[in-house]
Amino acid sequence: MKEPNRGKTLPIRGRAWKFGDDVNTDLIIAGKYKLSITDLDELSRHAMEGLIPDFAERFRRGDLIVAGRNFGCGSSREQAPLVLKHLGVGAVIAKSFARIFYRNAINIGLPAAECRNVNRISDGDILEVDLEAGLVRNVTKGESYRITPIHPDLLQILVEGGLINYVKKHGALPWQLRSGR
Amino acid sequence: MAGVGKTISEKIFSAASGRDVWAGDLVVAEVNSAMAHDGTALLAIEAFEEMGGTKVWNPSRVALFLDHVAPSSNETFSKVHKRMRRFAFKHGIPLYEVGSGVCHQLMVEEGYVRPGELVVGADSHTCTYGALGAFATGIGSTEMAAVFLSGKLWFKVPETLKIEIEGSLPPFVTPKDVALRVIGEVGADGATYQAVELHGSTIEEMSVEGRLTLCNMAVEMGAKTGIINPDEKTYSYLSQLGLNPGRGLSSDPDAQYAKMLEFDVSSLEPQVACPHAVDNVKPVSEVEGTPVDQVFLGSCTNGRIEDLRLAAKILEGKVVKRGLRMIVTRVYLQALREGLIETFVKAGCAVCNPGCGPCVGAHQGVLAPGEVCLSTSNRNFKGRMGCTDAEIYLASPATAAATAITGRITDPRSVVRA
Ligand code: SF4
Repeated sequence: MKEPNRGKTLPIRGRAWKFGDDVNTDLIIAGKYKLSITDLDELSRHAMEGLIPDFAERFRRGDLIVAGRNFGCGSSREQAPLVLKHLGVGAVIAKSFARIFYRNAINIGLPAAECRNVNRISDGDILEVDLEAGLVRNVTKGESYRITPIHPDLLQILVEGGLINYVKKHGALPWQLRSGR
Repeated sequence: MAGVGKTISEKIFSAASGRDVWAGDLVVAEVNSAMAHDGTALLAIEAFEEMGGTKVWNPSRVALFLDHVAPSSNETFSKVHKRMRRFAFKHGIPLYEVGSGVCHQLMVEEGYVRPGELVVGADSHTCTYGALGAFATGIGSTEMAAVFLSGKLWFKVPETLKIEIEGSLPPFVTPKDVALRVIGEVGADGATYQAVELHGSTIEEMSVEGRLTLCNMAVEMGAKTGIINPDEKTYSYLSQLGLNPGRGLSSDPDAQYAKMLEFDVSSLEPQVACPHAVDNVKPVSEVEGTPVDQVFLGSCTNGRIEDLRLAAKILEGKVVKRGLRMIVTRVYLQALREGLIETFVKAGCAVCNPGCGPCVGAHQGVLAPGEVCLSTSNRNFKGRMGCTDAEIYLASPATAAATAITGRITDPRSVVRA
């Protein structure tokens, strides 16, 4: 499956799937699957299963995940953002993220943005996320919300599709480039 | 900021980045050691190779562990193990075989962590090592690949939440109970992005093993690490393991904290985290009598020798309640020599090899729908032990042993008195 090309200026548009607070990594992808399946196609069939048993079937590529506080808390498993990206999640917008999930999302090129107004967003709303402008537009409700700006260095990793693609393109890690090594 | 003191975390990041840095700064820092296990290493190895990696920055400072599905319970993971062994052999990296134990205990015991160092692990409970006065934190697999390549990583120097814990713990009330009490108060995201620095007379009196249990659970408040200023106990613990403890760093008295909290634990009751959240904490008296199907003693939280001693003391001469099973996953020489394993076997426990076992729901104690488990591990998320329709309570080794005897959640003090 090829990832959609997320150009620098392209806003991400999709339908919101709304979740609550403290969505942990076991709910995103349970340990029993992570520790028995390594194939991403197969693994992502179980994404969010703990909350919505047929999530992967009903999810449409490009849809967005909108959640409350502390999204992705729990384990460091990178499979959590990976299965979401693999399913085609356009972006995850949450009131706040657990720190390892946030780092992992950026590093694998899954847009993750913090927004205080997620409670204004309802399940099924059509949203447009503009990472560079730092805005989420709620097309359904005709409203706009601010997102916490992403650090420029991280935004670059994200825009280039994650750390692996970054290294492939630049031949070095961001800090190796900066120190001239 | 002249004249203003630094936290231990700010000092460690200043040393590791070669700059004078403060909370909020984004730094590129050199790590002292790094680890990954069979749940996270495969993605790191693949990312390392995709990034064109041919040489690991410093093979002697990297460790790989086979502990999550160990021995492997399925062919997919047997292949993961095989791949890890090959990678370790090719790059000259130490690999801890099936049966060696849980990564976080071994990282400490094998000398990968010293006071004042910066340590990363592809596992969220890497924060455990903060108990030794190191800054230790969990990272993802792709980042681990970047560390394999360069020995460096970017970090945001965290603000610090200072927690003062005062008072002597009553008998059969343990560091685990303190951890649960604090998490119940702070909440599952109460310390997100922050370092949690632990102070106070309770910590000073506490053994290093107890401190490891406390720091292990810091991530359950969202913290980047749990950290304790090193003291004589820290240094002698490391010396006794035959390790050179080095020279540590400590927070200055006038360091700046984002927030401070105080706890008095001198009359603390045993605590229990109820399903399905680690911060859903109640005193044992409120849940006493809840029927339990399985008890699990072990994990990186409570699988150390002190934990086994405490549980064995309660189980000595008793048997596990009929209809309930108790699983113990830390068999090692010391426990054998002290006769603890004999106590567990006589009491009717299923004693398994050291490893993550039931904690992560892969094998060795997967729950059935409707079942209840009381576990000494660190997470009671829905589905954590392999079944989304099961319930997990978290408690101390003492509460676990008492519960195994009666078949219901039990205050250990009532069993010992009886
Ligand atoms: S014992 Fe449990 S929490 Fe600890 S490393 Fe293993 S799976 Fe993770």
